[in-house]
Amino acid sequence: MEFFNNHKKLFRAVFLFFGGLTLLVAIMPALDNQRNFRPLPDAEPLSDAAVKGKMIFIANGCVACHTQQVRNVDMDKTWGSRPSIAADYAGDHRIDVWRNTATLMGTERTGPDLTNVGLRQPSAAWNLTHLYNPRILVKESVMPAYTWLFTTTMNPNPEDVVVNVPAEFRDDAGDGKVVATPEALQLLAYLQSLKQTKLPDGRPVPDFLFKKKDKAESGGSGKTTAFDGAALYATNCQSCHQPNGEGLKGAFPPLKGSLVVLNDNPEIMVNIIMNGYSGRIKEGYGPMPAVGTNNNLSPEEITAIMNHEKTSWGNNARAVSPDEIKKLVDLIKLQGTTK
Amino acid sequence: MCYSLPTTHLLFSAMIGKAFFSFHSVAGWTLILLFLIFILLVATLYLYFRTTEIRALAPGRKAEMDKRQLAEYISTLDKQQIDRYLENAKPSSGCKEPGVTRLAFAPLLLGITQGSIWGETGVLIMLVLLLLPVLAGIVVMIFKVGNILRREREKQRLAEAKRFSEGLSILSPAERQALLTERRDALGYGLTQRELIGELPPEDKKGLLSNVTSQAALTVVPLKKRAVKRPPIDPALARLVLAYIGCATFWLVVGTTVGEYLGIKFVAPDADHVSWLSFGRLRPVHTNMVFWGWASLGMLGLGYYIVPRVGNNPLASLRKGWYSLWLINAAVLFGSLCLMGGINNAGGEYREYIWPVMALFAIALMITLINFLQTIGRRKPKEIYISNWYIVAAIIFGLVIVTVGYLPFWQDGLGETIVQGYYMHQAVGMWFMMFTLGIVYYFLPQQLNRPIYSYSLGILAFWTQILFYTVIGTHHFIFSSIPWWLQTFAIVGSVGMIIPVAAGTTNFILTFKGGWHKLSSSYTLPFFLVGVVFYFTGSMQGTAEAFRSTNLFWHFTDFTVAHSHLTMYGIISFFLWAGMYAVVPRLTGREPPQILVGTHFWMALIGLLFYTVPLMYGGTLKGLLWIAGKPFIEGVTLMEPFWLWRAIGGSLMWLSHFFFAYNLYKMTTATRIKQKDYGILQQP
Repeated sequence: MEFFNNHKKLFRAVFLFFGGLTLLVAIMPALDNQRNFRPLPDAEPLSDAAVKGKMIFIANGCVACHTQQVRNVDMDKTWGSRPSIAADYAGDHRIDVWRNTATLMGTERTGPDLTNVGLRQPSAAWNLTHLYNPRILVKESVMPAYTWLFTTTMNPNPEDVVVNVPAEFRDDAGDGKVVATPEALQLLAYLQSLKQTKLPDGRPVPDFLFKKKDKAESGGSGKTTAFDGAALYATNCQSCHQPNGEGLKGAFPPLKGSLVVLNDNPEIMVNIIMNGYSGRIKEGYGPMPAVGTNNNLSPEEITAIMNHEKTSWGNNARAVSPDEIKKLVDLIKLQGTTK
Repeated sequence: MCYSLPTTHLLFSAMIGKAFFSFHSVAGWTLILLFLIFILLVATLYLYFRTTEIRALAPGRKAEMDKRQLAEYISTLDKQQIDRYLENAKPSSGCKEPGVTRLAFAPLLLGITQGSIWGETGVLIMLVLLLLPVLAGIVVMIFKVGNILRREREKQRLAEAKRFSEGLSILSPAERQALLTERRDALGYGLTQRELIGELPPEDKKGLLSNVTSQAALTVVPLKKRAVKRPPIDPALARLVLAYIGCATFWLVVGTTVGEYLGIKFVAPDADHVSWLSFGRLRPVHTNMVFWGWASLGMLGLGYYIVPRVGNNPLASLRKGWYSLWLINAAVLFGSLCLMGGINNAGGEYREYIWPVMALFAIALMITLINFLQTIGRRKPKEIYISNWYIVAAIIFGLVIVTVGYLPFWQDGLGETIVQGYYMHQAVGMWFMMFTLGIVYYFLPQQLNRPIYSYSLGILAFWTQILFYTVIGTHHFIFSSIPWWLQTFAIVGSVGMIIPVAAGTTNFILTFKGGWHKLSSSYTLPFFLVGVVFYFTGSMQGTAEAFRSTNLFWHFTDFTVAHSHLTMYGIISFFLWAGMYAVVPRLTGREPPQILVGTHFWMALIGLLFYTVPLMYGGTLKGLLWIAGKPFIEGVTLMEPFWLWRAIGGSLMWLSHFFFAYNLYKMTTATRIKQKDYGILQQP
C-alpha cells in the first residue's frame, strides 16, 4: 500500500491519530474541568505559613505515600465526611514559573490519606513529635524521620516550640532541647489546614458507593456486637494514647488508671470525646481534639471505644450501654447547637 | 434483551437469556480457572506416573540367563556388536546407582468462597494469569522428566547387556568363539558399505557449517550458540550505540541502587536521617532514573542500530546522535540532583523533573526524531519495516506526551490530574512499550533466524495500541473526582488493550514456532521469551486492575508497585537486555561470559518474582483489610513480611545488574573470541 510505504504520510497519520485522541481524552476534559469548577464558597485560603508548609510537603515528596482524595466508595469514609469533588481542587493553580499545579491527589496510600488530617489530628505536639520520628508515637510506622526540620539548643527562647523527644529517639547526645524550625512549624500549619470544606447549604452530598450490605441487613438486633472497640480505639485514639493506654510522658495523658475513664458516671468522658479537652495544658499535656465530633463517631462507636478503654490494660470499670451514651451525646449535640 | 425462545430442549430452557459461557461473567472465568487447574492436575498426575515408572526401572533384576535365552540374544546381535565383543574382553562397566528425582508439588488451591473477592472477575483473571506461567513450568518439567525416563531406559539396556555378557562367559572360550564367529560370518555377508561414501574426507568448501561444537567436556551450564559473525558495522556508529548502552547501564546500576535502598527503608525506616536521602525525595530519583536514564537511553541506543539497519543505509547524522545522548544524560543528572535537593514539579508521578530539566530530554527526542526521519527518508527498500513504525511513532508520542504534560494551559485544579493520568500512562505505554515493541520486531526474528510470523498482526497491534492505549490514562484515578465518563472511558479502553496485546503476543509466540529448540542454545532468546510472557501477563494484569470492582482492593496498595515492576522490568528491561546481548557482540566481536549471562538472567527473573508475588499477595490482603474497615496501621504491620520479601527480591535484581554491567564490560573491552573455538572447522 502506498500509504504504508510513504514515511511522510504514515507518520503524519500516526501523529494526527494520537494527537486527536490526546485532545479528546486529556486536553479537552482538562480545559473543560478548569473552566467549569470554582472553589467552594466556604473554602478557606491557606495562611502564609501553610502555603510555605505546602511547599515543604511538595519538596519532600510526601505525596509518594500520602493521598489527598476521598474516593466515593464506602471504604474511604475513614478519610472524610464526604467524597472529594472537583471543586475541592479548583483553587489549586500553578505554583510558580518552575513548578506545576499541586493537587497532591497521589496514587499510593502507604501512609494515611491527609484530606481531612487537620480535623482528625490537629494536635501540634503530636504532629511535631511525629515528624521528628514517627516511631515515637506509632511503633509500626515506616514513615521517614524528619529530624532535619528540628534543631537542638541548650537554652530555648520563650517563643521557641520545644518538642518532647524520648532519649532513645534523639540523634544527638540528648543534652539540649529539641526545637522546631520555622519549616517544621510551616509544615504543621499546612497539615492543620487540611480540612474538608462544607458544601453550601442545601447541596446534596455525593454518595459513598459500594456500601457494605451486611450492615444494613443485620440492623436491629446485634448492633453492639458489630463494633470492635479495639479497632475503633486503634483508628481514633491509639496514635496519642498508645496501644498500652499509657500515653506518652509529657505529651499525652495515660488512660490506664485514669480517673476520667474509671469514673462510673460516663458524662465527663463522653464530653471530652465529643468536645475535646484542654484542662491539663499546665501539666504539659496538649489539648485533645474533639475526636468524636471530628470523626463523625456514632453513639454506638463511642460506646465501643469507651468500653474498650474501661476494661483494658488493667482498667476494670463498669461497662456502659449504647442507650446511655446516646442520651449523653444527643444532649451534647443539643448544647452545641444552642450555644 | 430477554426474548422468549422456543423451548424445545429442556436443557436450554433452563438458561434462557444467559450464555452458557461468557468472558465477562464470574462463572466464565471460574470455568477457565477450573479448566486450568484441571490441566494442572492432569499434568501433575502424568508427572507422577512417569516418575513412578522411573522408580520401577531403577532396581536391576538379577537373574542368570539360561542357554536358550542366550541363543535368542545372540540371534538378535548384529555383526558389529559381535565384532566389538570379540575384540574387547568385556563391554562397558556397570552404571552408577540411579538417583531418583523426587518432585515436590504443592499446588496452592484457593477456594472460591461466596461473598469474598474470589468471586470478582478481575481476581479470577489475575489467577488465570498467574496460573499460566505455572502451567508453562510444569510443561517444561514434563519434558525434563521425559528425558530422565529416557536416560533410565538407557541404563536399563546397559544392565541387560551386562547380564548377557555374564551369560556368555559361562561358555568355554572355544565354544563361545565358534558360536559367535559363525553368526558373525553369516551377518558379515554384504556390500563393502563404501560404494556411496567414497574415500574422500568431509570438508566444507562453501562455508555452510557454523557453530560446530564437538568438545564434550563436562560443563556446569550448557554451551550456548555464539554470535554469528556479521558484515562489519561502521565503527563510528558502533561507538555511538555502545555509548548509549554504556550510559544506560550506568543509570541502571545507579538507579536500582537507589531503588534497593528505598526497598530497605521499608524494613529499616531509620536507616538514615538525611534530607537528601529521605524516602519521598529518593523515590522519584529511582523511578525517573530508570525511566529516562536506563530504559530510554537503552531503547534509543538499540534504535540507533536498528533504524539505519532496516533502511539499509547509513544514519543521517552521527553528531545528532551524540547530542541526544549528552542531553539525556544531563537531564537525568540534573533532574536527580534537583529532586534530592527538594526541587520538583509538584508531585505528579514520573513528572517530577522540573520543566527546564525535562526540556533537555524533549530536545534530545526532537533531535533524534529528525535524525531518524532523515535516515528513513533515504532508505533503500521501498517498504518501511515495522520496527521503524513503532520506533518513530514512539518518539513522536514521547514528544507529544512531554509537551502536553508540561505545558501550563490546562493544568489548573483537576486539569492537572486528568493530564497526569494521561501523562504517566502514555509515557509507559506509548513511549517505552511502543519503542520496545519496535526493538522486538527487529531482534526477535533476527535471533530466531526466521521472519516475523505475521506482518499484518504487527500492523493491527500498532493501530489498536494507539487507539486503546491513548484513552486509558485516567484509570489511575478511578473513584476520584475526575468526570465519571472519563473513568468509564479509561476502563473500556483498558479492556480494549486485549486486542493489541493478544495480537503482539501471538505474533511473537508464533515467530518462535518451529524455533523453540533454539531457545536452549541461545543466551538472548530466554530474555525475549520472558519479555513476551510478561508482555502478556503484565499487560493483561493492567486490564484486570482497571475495573471498578478490583480497584476497591488493589488501588493505593503495593499491588500497583508490583504491577509497575512486572511491566517496566519484566517486559521493558528484559527485552532491552535481549537486544543488548544480541547487538553488542556484533559491534565488538566480543562475547560475554555465558555463565555470567545465565547468572544475570536467573537472578533477575527469580528476583523479580520474589519482588512482585509477595507484594501482589500482601497488597490484596491490605486492600481487603481496608474494605473491612480495620485500623490503617494494621495494614502496615500486615505488609512487614511482604516488604521483607520485596527487599530480598529487589536485592537479587540489583545484584544481577552488576553481572550485566560486568558482561557489558567483557563484551566491549575484555575477551576476544578464542581462536581454539574456530579450530574445530579445520579438523578433517
